[in-house]
Amino acid sequence: MENTNIYVPYKMKIEKITEEAPFVKTFRLKFVNEEDASKFSFRTGQFGEYSVYGEGESTFCIASAPTREGYIECTFREAGRVTKSLANLDEGDVIGFRGPYGNIFPIEEWKGKNLLFIAGGIALPPMRSVIWNCLDLRENFKDVTILYGARSVSDLVYKHELAEWNARPDVNLVTTVDPGGEDPDWKGKVGFVPTILSEMSPSSENTIAIVCGPPIMIKFTFPVLEKLGFTDENVFTTLENRMKCGFGKCGRCNVGKVFVCKDGPVFTLKQMKELPNEY
Amino acid sequence: MEIINKLIDKSALATLIERFTKSGKEVFAPVKSKGISEFARVETIQDIDFETIATKQSAKSLVFPKVEKILSYEKTFDDVIVNNVDYTQFPEVIAFGNRPCDAAGFIPLDAIFAGELVDEIFKARLEKLTVISISCKKADDYCFCTSVNGGPGNTTGSDILLTETTADEYFVEIVTEKGKAILDANTDLFKDTAAIDKTPFLAKLEQQFTQEVINEKLNGIFESDIWDKQAMRCVGCGACAFVCPACGCFDIQDETKGKNGVRHRCWDSCGFKIFTLHTSGHNPREKQAQRWRQRIYHKFSYQPEQQKLFGCVGCGRCSRACPSDMNIAEHLKEIAVL
Repeated sequence: MENTNIYVPYKMKIEKITEEAPFVKTFRLKFVNEEDASKFSFRTGQFGEYSVYGEGESTFCIASAPTREGYIECTFREAGRVTKSLANLDEGDVIGFRGPYGNIFPIEEWKGKNLLFIAGGIALPPMRSVIWNCLDLRENFKDVTILYGARSVSDLVYKHELAEWNARPDVNLVTTVDPGGEDPDWKGKVGFVPTILSEMSPSSENTIAIVCGPPIMIKFTFPVLEKLGFTDENVFTTLENRMKCGFGKCGRCNVGKVFVCKDGPVFTLKQMKELPNEY
Repeated sequence: MEIINKLIDKSALATLIERFTKSGKEVFAPVKSKGISEFARVETIQDIDFETIATKQSAKSLVFPKVEKILSYEKTFDDVIVNNVDYTQFPEVIAFGNRPCDAAGFIPLDAIFAGELVDEIFKARLEKLTVISISCKKADDYCFCTSVNGGPGNTTGSDILLTETTADEYFVEIVTEKGKAILDANTDLFKDTAAIDKTPFLAKLEQQFTQEVINEKLNGIFESDIWDKQAMRCVGCGACAFVCPACGCFDIQDETKGKNGVRHRCWDSCGFKIFTLHTSGHNPREKQAQRWRQRIYHKFSYQPEQQKLFGCVGCGRCSRACPSDMNIAEHLKEIAVL
């Protein structure tokens, strides 16, 4: 019987585990079955359901870029039952993955524009997929600026990649930690993301802003962007809500009439303003 | 297809049910036990409760069971073997004696499980289901089907609708191809007739509001204090969703015994606090009033927008089941006159 059961995950092998920060890990996953690998494709912004059999499923974005073929990556913080059991796994172990689900960042439409990425804490993973996707197609875009903040130096994820972006002449990376989160060797900024953004005062001219972070950061970042002259259509974010199915049936991730899983997770600020505050 | 009108007498109906069970079909119908009427497997017409207006649960679980296996797994030392559900092997099921409101409930359910990605398990169960309903000759204070485009003799969602016209006879409306297949296989049991005006044989149920008015009103009252007022009594037990023939929200849970386990799709309710609770502790629908608002908006605003249909069939089960006496028809009436 051909398998059209939408709940059956792909079988993935954990190829590599990277410790990113305390309680934060990145898994590089490869399809166990060649046939699944050849049929699979995704676009930046999409997410999936990762399962540990016996514990359940958990929702994270695909944190790798579609331009990097042959694997997918996810980055997660140990927080609940499924993420705790994921964190106990080793390289070579097998997990389940369903996806990709959801809409995408429309990077095709951003050709010829400046890109301003603003991320906070554990919200860099969804943005990392877009950043690498755009950097792998670097000639399509003008200036690329990345502002990334975390609570403390140790909470910054993707430290190797931050160093790599920092060394690139075609990327302007600004990192910051919350006041009190710095250590003696810290060479970045100290201050909350919205404050640093205000200081940087990037031009909104021909620029797309992509914002992802905890609700409090988002709340204070949008007004700064508005002040800088960004229009609501040019500001993008990705939402998350509790999910079970990932495809608009289980009924819990909706914000008003839109499902985050099916109609999102990527929304413009313009779309966000039409939604009730249910995220 | 165009509705075919027939007559069937009660002894012929008894024969029809026997033929179903003898041919291996599973017949489920309202059965009264210890004062409570529920859909249960029946063998003969004598088992069936024809009188109760609404069974405690609808026949929803015949297509959307409370707990449905969606896959099973076996864990080995370094691997997991996942087994699919063989949904081609589900039995042929007859849901006999549904009320028209319950039959109508299969339509919004189907709209949830269909869509871009089809839930094949649900679809297979629905395809194997034939719905034979009986028109209502009585209604109670909780019934409000006529306010949500239904009616005591409505054929929506039924393959065959029976309306009792005399003490010994039913007027039969064959509504779908599935219904016609039953007619074709049992022509000897049915008699020809012209169309009959069913009105004298149906319960009289006054329309209290229209679903279209509710839909319009909801455009402007998301932030209204009516949700707090109405939900003040709500204890968040979720019974309304569990008894609703049109509620399709679900959870996914693993159950493991030793190395083997089953992943289930199980009923869930928007009335539960943990339904939307994030791992971080943040909850987008923190208050019970927000969850009550979600229930009304989902059925009367979001489903009409997303699927071009309403998610309420007016059976009144939620009101009958509510331990704190919330009455959905009363609350909808309040909204209609805002």
